[in-house]
Amino acid sequence: MLRTVAVLYVGILVLVPLALIAYRTFQPGLGEFLSALSRPDAVHAFQVTAAVAGSAVVIDVVFGVAVAILLARYRFPGRRLLSAFIDLPVAVSPIVVGLALVLVYGPNGWFGGSLAGSPLQVINAKPGMVLATVFVSLPLVVRAVVPVLDQAGVEQEQAASSLGANSVQRFLRITLPTIRVALAYGTVLSIARCLGEFGAVLVVSGNVAGETETATLRIGNLIDQEQDTQSAYAIAFVLVLAALAAIVVSAYIRRRRPA
Amino acid sequence: MTLSLDTHDGPAPGARSARRARRGVARAGQPLRPASGAALGVVVLWLSLLVLLPLAAVVGRAFGRGGSGFWSAVTDPETAAALKLTLALAVGVAIVGAVMGTIVAWVLVREPFPGSRALELVIDIPFALPTVVAGVVMLAVYGGQTALAPNLVGTRVGLFVTLLFVTLPFTVRTVQPVLLDLDRDAEQAAASLGAAPSVVFRRIVLPQILPAVASGAALAFARALGEYGSLVFISSNLPFRTEVASVLIYGKLQDADHPGIATQQAAAISTVLLLASALVLGLLDLIQRRVARRG
Repeated sequence: MLRTVAVLYVGILVLVPLALIAYRTFQPGLGEFLSALSRPDAVHAFQVTAAVAGSAVVIDVVFGVAVAILLARYRFPGRRLLSAFIDLPVAVSPIVVGLALVLVYGPNGWFGGSLAGSPLQVINAKPGMVLATVFVSLPLVVRAVVPVLDQAGVEQEQAASSLGANSVQRFLRITLPTIRVALAYGTVLSIARCLGEFGAVLVVSGNVAGETETATLRIGNLIDQEQDTQSAYAIAFVLVLAALAAIVVSAYIRRRRPA
Repeated sequence: MTLSLDTHDGPAPGARSARRARRGVARAGQPLRPASGAALGVVVLWLSLLVLLPLAAVVGRAFGRGGSGFWSAVTDPETAAALKLTLALAVGVAIVGAVMGTIVAWVLVREPFPGSRALELVIDIPFALPTVVAGVVMLAVYGGQTALAPNLVGTRVGLFVTLLFVTLPFTVRTVQPVLLDLDRDAEQAAASLGAAPSVVFRRIVLPQILPAVASGAALAFARALGEYGSLVFISSNLPFRTEVASVLIYGKLQDADHPGIATQQAAAISTVLLLASALVLGLLDLIQRRVARRG
């Protein structure tokens, strides 16, 4: 009984819609699908997504490893607070994230005056989009790596130190191999999240076609403004494939990870 | 107990081992040295620039015209209606999601069947899917272009179904590891003494998984409060009917006629959302710490 309920619930809620989107995407034929993807606007949107998500993932990884090591290996006042802070972005609406960044870095924002004189434009440009994307994906790498560091203990790292390894050697030879799998897992989650951000990027990017339009923004514009649902399906389907790839890869990593 | 860990980490890797580590050595970290101290400084500076200052700016802007400005912004009829609808949807989604998520987690752990591994992967899809793609998917099904499903564009039911879709993994992923970890001796003892399965579930299993269910529900609530991308197409944004808070905020930000006051109103609505999620997640943390102390 319960099995039927669970399968029906998940099936109707998730599987049927996914099957339908695949059907609708390819209903007009493969040629239509490919031509929708090869239009200049679509190509440019994917390029912007790659640039923004790529930068955000690099920041996520570097920052995530640093924070995870700090949280798992050191004690300092405010440690709990820092930990709580890392989780905060999960609970903030993407639209609010965008508004928050505009209020600080926008033309009329707190730092707007000092940014106006500099060549660095944050809002309505890629730096702001990267900031927004990093904001929403902040906890993913940290939360994947911390449990592994906790579990591994400090013995090996201490042994390395007592044998004369400096902190760089200790990190490269001991810590990094220890967290390798968890880091890969967190990175996959981070890539999936960064590729798909919509609300926060919508607010900070200005949503200018051919300039700051990402793949997700392109979908929104195709449906809302251009009423070209078919092209929107094509781009959406590519992102569905990316999401499925992320799920399969992360499931594979999870299974490989020693229990 | 961290808020996001269990949801993203899935059942196998983190949960069990992290709990063991936490129970064991009481966090014997080393004190900071110059290099790690500098790293902490950079991290705190970065977090301040990225998260702390911007969120402070939202709250500051909300009260930029004093407390009365904040109050008049959030009690404006259209805004009040949007906030009420958003809260009601979030509560409803949290409750339905908690019940259904617990059932799905139970089936995955206790009644596996051929194909349950595939089901396991399907659960994660709503998390991995970009929100706007979820919106497109919902539009494809409930957009009235198919005989398979009713047309739910511009209806509250459409919003509710979409929110159930995007929050599906939360409860499943928080309850599943706890169910896996459960010691079944007590259940078997109760059953051997003649307790019906429903009694065993209610008296023995439920009390043990309740904190996990609550945590999944709280995360789903917070997510539903702020959801934007997946709702924007299906909602049609009809004021007083299907306009949710995040859509209203975005609408205010697009108001070019009176940007100053519209931004202040947007910040005020955002502050209400921030407060509501902070309240629920704070409450959750409190409950979990109490449960952890009891052991």
